[in-house]
Amino acid sequence: MPKTLFEKVWDTHAVRKLANGQTQLLVGTHLIHEVTSPQAFGMMRDLGLKVAMPHRTFATVDHIVPTDQVSEPYADPLADAMIKELRKSCKEFGITFFDRSTGKQGIVHIVGPEQGITQPGTTIACGDSHTSTHGAFGAIAFGIGTTQIRDVLATQTMALGKLKVRRIEVGGRLRPGVYAKDVILHIITTLGVNGGTGYAYEYAGEVFDRFSMEERMTVCNMSIEGGARAGYVNPDETTFTYLKGRPYSPKGAEWDAAIARWRAIASDPGCAYDDVVRIDAADIAPTVTWGINPGQGLPITGRIPDPAKAAAADERASIEEALAYMKLRPGAPIKGTKIDVAFLGSCTNGRLSDFQEVARFLKGRHVAPGVKAIAVPGSQGVGLLCAEMGIDKIFRDAGFEWRAAGCSMCLAMNPDKLVGDQLCASSSNRNFKGRQGSPTGRTILMSPLMVAAAAVTGAVADAREVFGVASN
Amino acid sequence: MALEKITRVAGRAVHVPGNDIDTDRIIPARFMKCVTFDGLGEYLFYDMRRNADGSTKAHPLNDPRFNGASVLLSGVNFGCGSSREHAPQALQKHGIRAVIAEGFAEIFFGNSTTLGMPCVTASRVDIARIAAAVEADPATEVSIDVAGQKVSFAGQTVSVSIRDSARDALVNGRWDPIGELIEGAGDAAKVAGKLRYMMA
Repeated sequence: MPKTLFEKVWDTHAVRKLANGQTQLLVGTHLIHEVTSPQAFGMMRDLGLKVAMPHRTFATVDHIVPTDQVSEPYADPLADAMIKELRKSCKEFGITFFDRSTGKQGIVHIVGPEQGITQPGTTIACGDSHTSTHGAFGAIAFGIGTTQIRDVLATQTMALGKLKVRRIEVGGRLRPGVYAKDVILHIITTLGVNGGTGYAYEYAGEVFDRFSMEERMTVCNMSIEGGARAGYVNPDETTFTYLKGRPYSPKGAEWDAAIARWRAIASDPGCAYDDVVRIDAADIAPTVTWGINPGQGLPITGRIPDPAKAAAADERASIEEALAYMKLRPGAPIKGTKIDVAFLGSCTNGRLSDFQEVARFLKGRHVAPGVKAIAVPGSQGVGLLCAEMGIDKIFRDAGFEWRAAGCSMCLAMNPDKLVGDQLCASSSNRNFKGRQGSPTGRTILMSPLMVAAAAVTGAVADAREVFGVASN
Repeated sequence: MALEKITRVAGRAVHVPGNDIDTDRIIPARFMKCVTFDGLGEYLFYDMRRNADGSTKAHPLNDPRFNGASVLLSGVNFGCGSSREHAPQALQKHGIRAVIAEGFAEIFFGNSTTLGMPCVTASRVDIARIAAAVEADPATEVSIDVAGQKVSFAGQTVSVSIRDSARDALVNGRWDPIGELIEGAGDAAKVAGKLRYMMA
């Protein structure tokens, strides 16, 4: 009986059926960060529990770290207390911590792959909804709550109901100037922000076959924005090439054995899916959001929706609420909307290839007057590579602030925040009300090159025009 | 560790209308700079309820008529976005004991169940009926029968649904799975022993 990757990974990690019908699932790899774990460690202490498999939990610090200050104590005493708390808990429970002093710190979803900890055929959990990122390697990876972090620390397992699997095939070729970020924004705009509830998404088709690991990560990262708790791509040669030689990757004879296992874990030809969606790559344009959730998106050539033309009362109310918050005019082109801030970074688009691609076009250009532009590498490793390649200099010369690794302005639990109703062109993953740190701050999600185009023109722009990206 | 069997939740209700109410809205990230969940209740829906200067805005949770409500009514895809357990924790600390909505995001639903807070799904029409009864008389008792999957209010009854595994866990007092997971530790070690990547 042919099976999907999801079923194979589930079956090899299922421990037993629980009384309520859920499965006790083994969590092969557990990743933690400073924001959602302290209460879990507190519960462990209260219950007198030990960490079951400390060698299978890895920690880093990302949400609260200032990107313009590395020395401690941090200016914010609450942030300072959080990093120290994580340091203390990791020491007490014997957990490896990629602290800022190690040179390996960064956003947890960038550090795992970079270190070779994220591997095909594994289960991965982390107290962060963007854990779906790791699915790019053919892992089943999902975000969990703090009480579940306690469960994983104490037992290396958690209670979970099996998900259905929807295959999303993107066939054909992407047009020039269209990136992985546009693919996932297009998928979410098409299927809706809750279209994936109850599903794991299997991304496939020629576009994914050709994608690099970093592009696959960008798409899997935002699965949760479409309601899917997990998203994955079947492992292939691209996956193996990426993993070879990384610190935690198998070595020598172990490597050959691992490759054989990883090949076998991919979905079998002819396996059954609960649903299949097909998308033509040629239909995907550079995509931007206009509203207050990632499903409220449109092609850069499009016009802001008019609530008066909405089909249903419910949809009309949603558009009205979004436009009132975003202060956008119905029917107007989204292109030309003035911006105040440009943010390039996050677990969605803070990897080497994101900065490399922008640097190709940014050389010799300059950020528009009045725009604050910040570029934040997703990890110390990414920052180091950018420095070695001179990419940081290209950004600085163009008028970007080049920062230290962290989540930065994606969620503003650190000093990088919007002020008042500033509008931000952002390569991050959420445009929720208040997401970027100001209760009235506004976010437009887009690809890194589109952020650069907005930065240099001072308005939402079509990167293909701004940078002369060939049209065919 | 015997847990309460949550078969029924009853109390006054408050309607927070809207679809896709995300966890950043339920508890803004800046209030997550904490190492305990204590005190999160006062920041529930903070930016919806307060202006930048701290003064209050018009919001159902600021309306004295709904003070003390323990059942929250809302729309589609409630709790979408971040996996932060701070969201259901903030609701609970504020005094909310159950949520009735048109639908829930996956992670929020799981987090709430694990805290013993039932999230039941009802149709738009039925939520509007409950909300209308509560608006007409805020003292209306809204009673959720978790086992029987129905809600009674003001002499009316409507059917609701909750996923089988969550219903079982709530009504049988096993919504916090830690005890059962610890019992399975031996089996877990055997499964781990068959997976090369999990070896030390």
